[in-house]
Amino acid sequence: MTAFLAAHSKLIDQIGINALLALSLSVSLQAGQLALAQAAFMGIAGYVGAIGAVQRGWPLWESMLAGALASALAAAVLALPIGRLRGVFLAIATVGFGEIARTVENNLPITGGAEGLSGIPDDASTPWIYGTLIAVGCVIAAASRSKFALAVAATREDEGAARGVGIDTARVRFCTLTFGGLVAGLAGVLYAHANFFIAPGDFGFGRMEQILVACVIGGVTSSLGALVGATLMTVLPEFIRFLADFRDVTSGAILLGIVLFAPRGIAGLWKRGGRA
Amino acid sequence: MILQQILNGIVLGAVYALFALGYTLVFGVLDILNLAHAAIFTAAAFTALALAARGMPLPLAFAAAVALAGFAGILLDRVAFAPLRARNAGTLAPLISSIGAGIVIVGILRGVFGPDEHRFALGTAGDAQLHAGPLTFGVIDLVVVVTALVFMLAISYVMRATPLGRNIRAVADDRIAASLLGVDLERTIALTFFIASALGGAAGILIGLQYNSVSVEMGSRIELKGLAVIVLGGMGSITGAVVGAFILGAVETLSVAFISSSYRDAVAFGVMFAILVLRPRGLFGKRALRTA
Repeated sequence: MTAFLAAHSKLIDQIGINALLALSLSVSLQAGQLALAQAAFMGIAGYVGAIGAVQRGWPLWESMLAGALASALAAAVLALPIGRLRGVFLAIATVGFGEIARTVENNLPITGGAEGLSGIPDDASTPWIYGTLIAVGCVIAAASRSKFALAVAATREDEGAARGVGIDTARVRFCTLTFGGLVAGLAGVLYAHANFFIAPGDFGFGRMEQILVACVIGGVTSSLGALVGATLMTVLPEFIRFLADFRDVTSGAILLGIVLFAPRGIAGLWKRGGRA
Repeated sequence: MILQQILNGIVLGAVYALFALGYTLVFGVLDILNLAHAAIFTAAAFTALALAARGMPLPLAFAAAVALAGFAGILLDRVAFAPLRARNAGTLAPLISSIGAGIVIVGILRGVFGPDEHRFALGTAGDAQLHAGPLTFGVIDLVVVVTALVFMLAISYVMRATPLGRNIRAVADDRIAASLLGVDLERTIALTFFIASALGGAAGILIGLQYNSVSVEMGSRIELKGLAVIVLGGMGSITGAVVGAFILGAVETLSVAFISSSYRDAVAFGVMFAILVLRPRGLFGKRALRTA
């Protein structure tokens, strides 16, 4: 068992980080908003934490604190102008935000530009990653028993009706997006410190697609689904490594198959029709 | 200098327009974002490249690859969208299945052609330069713009003056009413996908010729630009896609001239973001589409 863990420690760390990312997206999906800026939040926090660690010698906890605060702040600022957008429009606006963030990271002198930032301390150990995951999981589990969780579900199922019974849906949307930004930020700092190198390309639309896919495969209405999806989509490429050049085809086909033939968990949330 | 930038903007805009027309047609008819559109764009470029490399004359290879792209679009609809449509799966599921289909298509291309950049054989793409006063442009730029314009005129004729165009507009407007009035939904949707994918394919081949570079990465560069174009013009609007494309082409080349080439993407997406927040229906979109 110990030998197995040692041999696959990199993969195990990756699963933990991807699970955090999927959770962070799942939080806003559960409120019915398809906001696709998680990769950008991850990058903002990753850069803030890594620059602090490289230039100021911050310990990991300080990087995580600063990074997560920065990404939560970015999410809160982003949440204001996009508050009126829904569905595909919200998705596109948030993707646009991600592209702007990536371009800026590509050009600021402090981020190392397209060459990336290296020499990040390699201190995001497995206990740190899974400790963070458990802590976030506990917060979500605790929140899921609260009245706020009911407000989130109501906002998702029928925003108009939710507002009709006195739920402040704008607040629900703001809070879920900001909390998602915070969690994505924690994942971003851990990602930077687990890989000890980051570049703007790590946080582009491709990464966002991976997070979305992991989240949806597990089922969008539950946080547990996000964990399952992240694990599956992280482990799958390793299992089909022997397919070499045709590996992508296989993982794409599996993704397609799950969406087409396992609609529960995917369709449930959105059944009420895409048009609000 | 400024004229030269405007000229570059027109060439860029012409290719964006072809690509975005396909995006916006599918969005208009089905209210879904087809994220596999960029994969078909790439596949068509590789198809034309492979056919030309086997000695087929370029115009013929172009036509064959465009037609194949159209059929690939119909297949894409049957596999990735039709089953979801049949069970009313909402907007998220088709988005994901189109991502999956895109991964499959690009994965096949990577398996067959490898990850490297490919070039058309020397002389395939006209590399002569034309000079008009202080302006310089390649013969290929001219070919790109003219071909793109021909496609745009053709699609605008089809949409305005043919029964097919009328059906597509009817389905885009109100699917149920169109179906009640006797429009064959599935057939109209299939033909929409054919046209959209053929246009996307044509864009891919033209851009491959213009830069004389075809690679599996080329789709990811234009995918999000296409989104910016249709947001700018108004989601689902044909005129909007064309106008939006030329505006975006101009904005990009002017930001290279006046700001800095490294920030041109930020400027493009900044415009897109501002449009979404301030005027979500874009320049020509239908009213109150914010929630689609």
